[in-house]
Amino acid sequence: MVTVFLYLFGLLAILSALGMIFHKNPVYSALFLVIAFFSLAGIYALLGAQFLSIVQVMVYAGAIMVLFLFVIMLLNLRNEIRLPIGRPFQVIFGVIFGILLLVQGFLILKASSVSGALGVFPQSRVDQIGSVEALGTLLFTKYLLPFELASVLLLIGMVGAILLGRKKLPNEG
Amino acid sequence: MIPTTNLLILGAVLFSIGVIGVLIRRNAIVIFMSIELMLNSVNLTLIVIARQLQSLDGQIFVFFIMTVAAAEVAVGLALIISAFRLRSTVHVDDINLLKG
Repeated sequence: MVTVFLYLFGLLAILSALGMIFHKNPVYSALFLVIAFFSLAGIYALLGAQFLSIVQVMVYAGAIMVLFLFVIMLLNLRNEIRLPIGRPFQVIFGVIFGILLLVQGFLILKASSVSGALGVFPQSRVDQIGSVEALGTLLFTKYLLPFELASVLLLIGMVGAILLGRKKLPNEG
Repeated sequence: MIPTTNLLILGAVLFSIGVIGVLIRRNAIVIFMSIELMLNSVNLTLIVIARQLQSLDGQIFVFFIMTVAAAEVAVGLALIISAFRLRSTVHVDDINLLKG
């Protein structure tokens, strides 16, 4: 059952990603990406990362994509009048290199396996104490410094975005 | 539960779809969305490997990647809006002020 849903969500993610890069209307591309994010959130939940699945929906589909759609509608972008993809030379080489990257990835995956020191959080323990509490204990003890730095980063992002996006007043340069 | 290699293949396919999107599209916003897709494929890979290695460090990493991606999208879209105000277009072939 879990397997069926994993394959379904995976297929949905790939199809919506393909739809995103090939559609000419940017609003449709953004909506295809929202579908991709939702299917990835479904995969995270099936893999036992429930907190991250909800955060993915809230942050990516709920905030980032809304921001994208706001900007697309603010700039009033319609269907691409000119060719939405580049000149044929660029497109051919782009697709070739993308497929080359994918083939490289496949070869690496076939030749190696994921192995290493096991951690202290098997899925049974995470199911017992809850995904939120497990992540919370790690976040506030071992990863406290990155947590604080992330909040500073968000502050910098806010200040930068407001500074870049404001309209200049008439009496300043 | 499907083997982890299949999920890693899904991550690789999504990443390369993002790369192809960045390389062939000419709209700055769609290029940016393809970059977000690449970040998400990395998130998927991290969560899969974290589950395989029975550790939550991968999930913490994903948490911070989402934070960084949110800040990056805010600043990047502000930059695109500034470029649009200057050139009235988001077609990257037209934003070539530095060209000789």
